[in-house]
Amino acid sequence: MATVEVRALRKHFAGGVIAVDGMNLTIEKGEHLVLLGPSGCGKTTVLRLIAGLEQPTSGEVLIGGNPMTGLPPRARQVAMVVQSYALYPHKTVLGNIIFPLKAAGVDKADRKRRAEAVARQLGIGSLLTRYPRQLSSGERQRVALARALVRSPSVFLLDEPLSNLDAKLRASARQDLKQLQEHLGATTMIYVTHDQDEAMALGNRIAVMERGKILQVGTPQEIYHHPANEFVATFLGSPPMNLLKRDGYQVGFRPESLLPKGTVAPSIDDLGLDVYVRRVEHVRSERHVVGVVGLEDVVAVLPSTVTAPIHPGQTQPFTVAGRNLRFFALSGERIERGRE
Amino acid sequence: MDLTNREEVEQGQRRAAWRRSVGRSALYICALMFSLVSAGPFLWGLITAFKADRDLYNPDLNPFLFNFPPTLEHVRFLLLDTEFGTFALNTLIVGLLVVAITLMFSLPAAYSLARLRLRWSGALGIAIFCFCLVPPSLLFIPLSRVVAALGLQDSTWALVLFYPTITIPVSVWLLIGFTKSIPREIEEQAMIDGYSRVGAFARTALPLALPGIVAVAVFAFTLSTHEFVYALAFVATSSEKTVSVGIPTELIRGDVFFWQSLQAATVLVAVPIALVFNVFLGRFITGLEIGAVKR
Amino acid sequence: MSEPTAVGTASKAPRDRRYLLDRERLLAPLLLGPSVTYIVALIAVPFLIAITIALSDVTVGDSSYDFVGLQNFSAIVEDPIFRRALINSVTFTAITTALVAVLAMILSLILSANFRGKWVVRLLVLLPWTTPAALSAVAWLWLLDSVFSPIDWVLRTLGLLHGNAIYLGRPGLAAASVIAVQAWRITPLAAVIIMAGLAAIPEEITEAAELDGAGFWRTLVEVTIPLNMPVIAIATLFGAILAFTDMTVVYVLTRGGPVDATQVLPNWSFIRGIEGGDLAQSAAMAVFLFPVLLAAGIAILRSVKLMEVR
Repeated sequence: MATVEVRALRKHFAGGVIAVDGMNLTIEKGEHLVLLGPSGCGKTTVLRLIAGLEQPTSGEVLIGGNPMTGLPPRARQVAMVVQSYALYPHKTVLGNIIFPLKAAGVDKADRKRRAEAVARQLGIGSLLTRYPRQLSSGERQRVALARALVRSPSVFLLDEPLSNLDAKLRASARQDLKQLQEHLGATTMIYVTHDQDEAMALGNRIAVMERGKILQVGTPQEIYHHPANEFVATFLGSPPMNLLKRDGYQVGFRPESLLPKGTVAPSIDDLGLDVYVRRVEHVRSERHVVGVVGLEDVVAVLPSTVTAPIHPGQTQPFTVAGRNLRFFALSGERIERGRE
Repeated sequence: MDLTNREEVEQGQRRAAWRRSVGRSALYICALMFSLVSAGPFLWGLITAFKADRDLYNPDLNPFLFNFPPTLEHVRFLLLDTEFGTFALNTLIVGLLVVAITLMFSLPAAYSLARLRLRWSGALGIAIFCFCLVPPSLLFIPLSRVVAALGLQDSTWALVLFYPTITIPVSVWLLIGFTKSIPREIEEQAMIDGYSRVGAFARTALPLALPGIVAVAVFAFTLSTHEFVYALAFVATSSEKTVSVGIPTELIRGDVFFWQSLQAATVLVAVPIALVFNVFLGRFITGLEIGAVKR
Repeated sequence: MSEPTAVGTASKAPRDRRYLLDRERLLAPLLLGPSVTYIVALIAVPFLIAITIALSDVTVGDSSYDFVGLQNFSAIVEDPIFRRALINSVTFTAITTALVAVLAMILSLILSANFRGKWVVRLLVLLPWTTPAALSAVAWLWLLDSVFSPIDWVLRTLGLLHGNAIYLGRPGLAAASVIAVQAWRITPLAAVIIMAGLAAIPEEITEAAELDGAGFWRTLVEVTIPLNMPVIAIATLFGAILAFTDMTVVYVLTRGGPVDATQVLPNWSFIRGIEGGDLAQSAAMAVFLFPVLLAAGIAILRSVKLMEVR
C-alpha cells in the first residue's frame, strides 16, 4: 500500500482535447477514493496516468512519495481492472490469474497455490478450467479482480467495473466490492465511476470531477450536504437538488428538505414556497411531488412518514428548514447566506 | 522494488529508460534492414538506369556509384526506341478494363452474399474462395485452347477476358468483408424510409464502403499488372504485350540484355504502383481483418 | 419479409413491378448470376477440361482428342525431371514458407509500431510485392549475375569472397537464390495480412499484460502470437500457395536450370505445354498441383472459422 499523489497534472491529446486540466490530489495510504464525474470528465485518463499507461503532458504522478515519471506500468506495482475486464481469451481462468505471478517469476507450485486461494476467496474456485467466453459477465468481473488481487499490489485501480453488469447484478456486486474493500484493508484503492450511488457506497472520500478538473474532495456526507458549487450540488442526489434563482444569487435545497408546511416545527430562517403541484409519483415507499414555484420546476421527496395530503392541480404551501438551504452565486460557487 | 525508496525508484527509472532506448534502436535497425533489403534492388536499379556501359560492364567498379558520368542514353532508348510506351499503355488499359469488369461482377455478388439471407450463401462463399486457389499455372493449358478457339491469340483482349478469373474471386471475398463491416441498420432504416433494397444500399452503405471498394480496385489493378503466365502464354505479338511480359522478352534478345533500360523500366513501373498501393494500404488491411472476423 | 402489402388485400404476394428490386428471390440470381456464370465458365469448366486433357494425348500439333487414360500420369512419373520438379516444388515451398513466416512476423511488428519515417518504410518494404514479379525477377537476374553481380562486389570489397559466387549457375546456390527471391517477394504481403490481425487485438489486452508485469517478449510470446494464430496461419498458407504455384520467378531467373536443379512443377508444366507443345503431359503435371492447393485452402478456411470463436 502506498500514497498516491498527482501534482499539477495535465494531459492534452492530439486535436486539442484537454483531458486533465491541472489536477492536484493526494490519496492517503490505505484510503479508498472515488473519482466521480460524468462521461468525458477525464477520470479514466487520470487513472491511466497513475497506472503509467499514458504519460502526462506536464505535472507529476507520485506513488509512495516518489515521482513515477518514466517508470513503465509494471514497475509501479499497480493493479487495474477495466470496464471490459480485458481477460486473456485464449487462457483459462487459472491461466489468467496466474499470468502476473508468472511474470513476477514466482515458481510453479507457489503460483498455483496463490491463484487458487484468491479464486476461492472470490467464489470462482470452481471455474478455474473454463475460458472467459464461457463465463457470465459477473464471473468475468471476478476473474479480473482475482487477477489483480493475486499480485498484492500497492495501489488498486478500478475503472467502472460494474458498468457492464445489469442493474440487479450491480447491487449485489457492489456489496461484494464492499466486502472486498474490507479484505483489501490497507491497500490504497482508486475507483472511477459516473454512478453516484456507487460512489457514496464505496468511497472513504469522493473527488468530483468535471472537464479535467477536480471540483470538490470530501467524504460522501460532506459532498452531499455541503457541495462546493452548483455542479456538485446538482450532480449528486437523485432527484437532483432544486435550484431557484433569486435576485443576484441562487438558493438550493434537496428534494427531501422540501416538505409541506407544518410538517416540521417552524424557525426563523425557513424558506416558505407556494408550490403548484403538477403530479405525484410513487417511488417505492416515497411520494415524489413534481411541481412549479413561479416559473421554476421543483421536486419534493416525501418519505412514508409524512402523510399530509397533496393535491395535484392545486397550489400548496411548502417549507424548507433554514439549515437545509444552500446558496450559490449565479456563476455556480457556493456562497454564504445572502440576504435579499 | 520499494516504491518509497527514492534510490530504488530512480534506479528503476534509469533501467526503464535504458530498455526503452535499446528497444527503439532495435526497431530502427530492423526497419532499416528490412527497408534496405526490400528496396535495395530498386534503389540500385535506379542508379543503374543511368550508368554508362563501360561503368556497368566492369565487375571491379563500385556498382552503387557513378564511376563514369551518368547518361540518359539508356532511358532514352527505353522510352523512344522500344515498345515500352505501348506496353505501359496496354497494361494500363487492360488494368482499367479488368478493374471495371471485376467491380461490375463482384460488387453485386458480394452484396448478395453479405446482405441477402440465402440458404446457400455460406456454401457459395466458400466455393468462391476455393476458386481463388486455382492458379493460372494450372488453367493456362485449357484456357490457351479456349483462346485459340476464340481466335483471340496475340490480343490483349484475351487478357481482358481472362484476368478477371484471378481478380473476381478475391475481390468478392474482400468486398464481402467490407460490406459486413457496415451495420445493416443503416440500410434497413433507408428501406423503411421508402427506398428499395438496392436503392437503400446504393444511397447509404455504398458511400461508406467506398474506401474499401477503392482498395479492392487498386488490388485488382496490381494483380492485373503482375500477371505473367497468361500474358506469356496467350500473347506473342510485341504490340499487344503488357509491361510484365513485354519488358523481359523485348529487352532480352537472345543473350543480349539491355540492362540499364531494363532497370529503368522496372523502377518506372514499380514506384507509381507502390505509391498508389501504399495510400490505400490502411483501408485494405481493414477489409482483410473484417472479412476474416465477421465471417 | 420485405414485400409491402396494402392493408386488406389477399394473401397472394403482389406482382407489382415497382417492388422488383426488393424481391430477394429475384435479386439474388440477378446479382450473383454474372459472377457465378463467369467463374463456372472460365474457371470450373476449364479446370475440368484440364483434367480431361490430362487424360488424353492432345498436343499443339495434333489437336484431335484421344482418350488415353492414365498413360500421361505414368509417363510423367517415370520422367526424372518431373520427379525433380515435384521434390523441388515441395522443398522450395516449405523453406520459403518457413522464411516468410518468421520474416513476416517481424516485419508486421515493425509496420505496426509508431516511429518517425513510418510511411517511408512502409513504401519501401512493400515494393517487392507491388512490383510485377517478372520485373523484379529481372532485377535480381543482374544482382545475381555470374560476372557482374553487385552483391559479389560488396562481398569482394569486404574480403569475404574471391572471384564470383555464380549464384544462378551452381545447383545449390541457384536453389537458394530462387528461394530467397520468392521469400523476398512474398514476405510483404504476408506481413500486411498479419498486421491486420495485430490491429484487431484490443489494446486493452496488451495493456493488461503490461500491468500484469509482462515485458516485451513475454507479451509477444504469451499474448500477441497466440491470439493471432489464425491470422498468422492464413498469411503463411497464402504465402505457401503463392510460392507453390508461381512459375514467374523460376522462369525468369533460371528457366529451371542449371540441369533442372531449380525446376518446379508450374515451370516445367509451362515449358512442356507452351514451348514443348505437349499439352496433355503439361496438364497432367499441373493437376498434381491441385491436391496441395486443396489442402491449403481447407486449412485457411479452418483458420478463418477459428477466428470467429474468439
